[in-house]
Amino acid sequence: MVRLARSHTTVSVERATLRLAGLSGADHEGIPWVNHLVDAVRAEVGLERGVTTPVFDALRRGEAPDLLILAQKAASGSVSFQLPDGRGLTAARRAARREVSQGIRRIDRQRVARERLVRRHGDPKQTPWIYLIVATGDIDEDIPQAQAAAREGADVIAVIRSTGQSLLDYVPEGATHEGYAGTYATQENFRLMRAALDETSKEVGRYIRLTNYASGLCMPEIAVLAGLERLDMMLNDSMYGILFRDINPVRTFVDQRFSRQIHARAGIIINTGEDNYLTTADAVEAAHTVTVSQLLNEFFAKEAGLQDWQLGLGHAFEIVPEIPDSFRMELAHAMLARQLFPKAPLKWMPPTKHMTGDIFRGYLLDGFFNLVGAMTGQSILLVGMMTEAVVTPFLSDRDLALQNVRYVLGAAGGLVEDFHPPRDGFIQTRARTVLGEAVGLLEAIVADTSGRSGGVPPLLAAIGDGTFGLMKRPADAGKGLGGVVERAPGPDGYDNPATTLLEEGSSR
Amino acid sequence: MSTRHTPGAAERPSPPSIVRPYGDTTGDGMVQVSFTLPLPHDKRAEGAALQLAKKMGMDPALLVHAKPMGPDFTFFVVYGSVTHLVDTREVVVIEREYPLLAAKEINLAIKRSLRRKLVVVGACIGTDAHTVGIDAILNIKGFAGEKGLEYYREITVVNLGAQVLVPDLVARARAERADAVLVSQVVTQRDAHIHNTGQMSAAFREAYPSGQVPLLVVGGPRFEEGTAGALGVDRIFGRGTTPGEVASYLVHALVPDAPARVAS
Repeated sequence: MVRLARSHTTVSVERATLRLAGLSGADHEGIPWVNHLVDAVRAEVGLERGVTTPVFDALRRGEAPDLLILAQKAASGSVSFQLPDGRGLTAARRAARREVSQGIRRIDRQRVARERLVRRHGDPKQTPWIYLIVATGDIDEDIPQAQAAAREGADVIAVIRSTGQSLLDYVPEGATHEGYAGTYATQENFRLMRAALDETSKEVGRYIRLTNYASGLCMPEIAVLAGLERLDMMLNDSMYGILFRDINPVRTFVDQRFSRQIHARAGIIINTGEDNYLTTADAVEAAHTVTVSQLLNEFFAKEAGLQDWQLGLGHAFEIVPEIPDSFRMELAHAMLARQLFPKAPLKWMPPTKHMTGDIFRGYLLDGFFNLVGAMTGQSILLVGMMTEAVVTPFLSDRDLALQNVRYVLGAAGGLVEDFHPPRDGFIQTRARTVLGEAVGLLEAIVADTSGRSGGVPPLLAAIGDGTFGLMKRPADAGKGLGGVVERAPGPDGYDNPATTLLEEGSSR
Repeated sequence: MSTRHTPGAAERPSPPSIVRPYGDTTGDGMVQVSFTLPLPHDKRAEGAALQLAKKMGMDPALLVHAKPMGPDFTFFVVYGSVTHLVDTREVVVIEREYPLLAAKEINLAIKRSLRRKLVVVGACIGTDAHTVGIDAILNIKGFAGEKGLEYYREITVVNLGAQVLVPDLVARARAERADAVLVSQVVTQRDAHIHNTGQMSAAFREAYPSGQVPLLVVGGPRFEEGTAGALGVDRIFGRGTTPGEVASYLVHALVPDAPARVAS
């Protein structure tokens, strides 16, 4: 899989690289200049050697004075791109590296700024950190809501994206006011929200972290924007887009590797989306798929350079509440994740599937969810709303939800010290069963040779067979496949200064 | 009330037509509400909450809980007896022409009656690139807390995505032996959604022998209810439609002996 990711690039990786080089903005129809430039280069000379070499070669030849004008001219078809060789190639690559490294250095500066602000304002006093979602569709409404949530006790604010953004093959531009069931992720929205939360951090005396989503067709670009604008956590799952959004598997793994390299460099904590396996399948039967996904996410994250403290591996409280011992099984699953990944900031997610319009029952379920979080030492706790699946949360719903969390953490937070399930008791046995099933599934994936003749790695073959969830996602289908390009080999072949800088760990 | 009750009769008495809410005694009219006012918590805010309760018909109203939420808002819980009576004879129930089924019931109905998977082909046609609608209905991620049609074990989904040409859609529907074709139309400039839909239904009627055309379903925020016939399609779904509604309709229209139970 890693070899596959290293031997391909995508339109979004190339656009992300241009964003690092400082190209931003969009035309009057809202199509970003990075899209215009990558499309023009692809049409003329292809992307097999990367977008930066022909782009910086064109600048060197005086086709335009800067990237923006070059992109504007490329959009109207009045630039000719070439693939330089010899001295021209060396010069274009050097220029590309110089410009792209400025973006990398800005990400580095933002990381230093975060570390400084955390020292000044402090981390949350308790664990788990309290993670709360806002989603109005309008950044101007999101900001006061997020600030209010932070004052009420939230440590991490997540801004949900507008429905359908994951399938847009471009990043919208500017401050936005008309999202649907969420707010568009744009560089300007990131900047506005981060600035507002910096104010609030000062006021409440702890650093409020900001979260968004690096997923979908523009995963690498959103990752870059998050790094540039100092977001602190990003949702970034290795297989979510494939299974639940029907995005092409190769596109996903290539995009994901680049985005995780950026996150690693930016000091961003990734959040993975294992909750989705449980909302689409039975949470008891599918418990082991969560473990397998956590292990895969961990592997791909570390391969891309992320450290243990950056792995917000996900899991969720989604067992049918009516079945006997449902709470004990939740405890078993949560403890299993905690013990498998002792250094990772695990993200514990609340019930959604079994929330009904009965808000009173929902409030009780959320209390039990919080209790599992407290007893098993989870690191990030996504606050459950009793009005889940009813309305977008009222101000009062959020306040009640935070009271619930505070009560449980205050009353039972220390239980993590006392709670040691007996040897070979129900909880240990259940955890062992789930782990056994997870190992079995991993062995089945490794043994999947159905794609061997076509050179498809076992994991891709398994995804194609429908091993995960109920979805069959073959490697040669799905959205965004058209944006995948095989890299040209050899010293004159593919070049991407961003990847080079990230892998070398250098900044110039 | 006692006149309605016939001791020993096998049938349950029909409920009274004039009712009030029930707290712990018949006719006490007791309800509880909670709400937030954009006021700092003080005596005036509590008075305002009681005033609102009175205007809502709660008299007497009992303020049982008031809590400040930040400096500018107060949350209230109010109990009280409502003065209103409701007359169940005036309630008009609008019936959906098909019952809403749970995922399990849908799968079971298809498995039992069709004895094969139900095939659905979906697309955005014309220049429309907005796949939000079709994806909300088809993708497993779904919409409004409901999983999309892909999630149903007995439904095979072929999602062709955006900007699909009508001839391609017809060809693919034939190749897949589609039972139903779902088309989403979001762009409505110059009535593009109407033209595209008409063109699509005409193409299907031309390509299939009569009586064998797959079920044609369109969805979009701007279609008028009741224009399905004029557009040559079987059904129109509007804004806010959930995958479960679409799946239930497909079963109702395509599966003989579909269950008639109306899930709550």
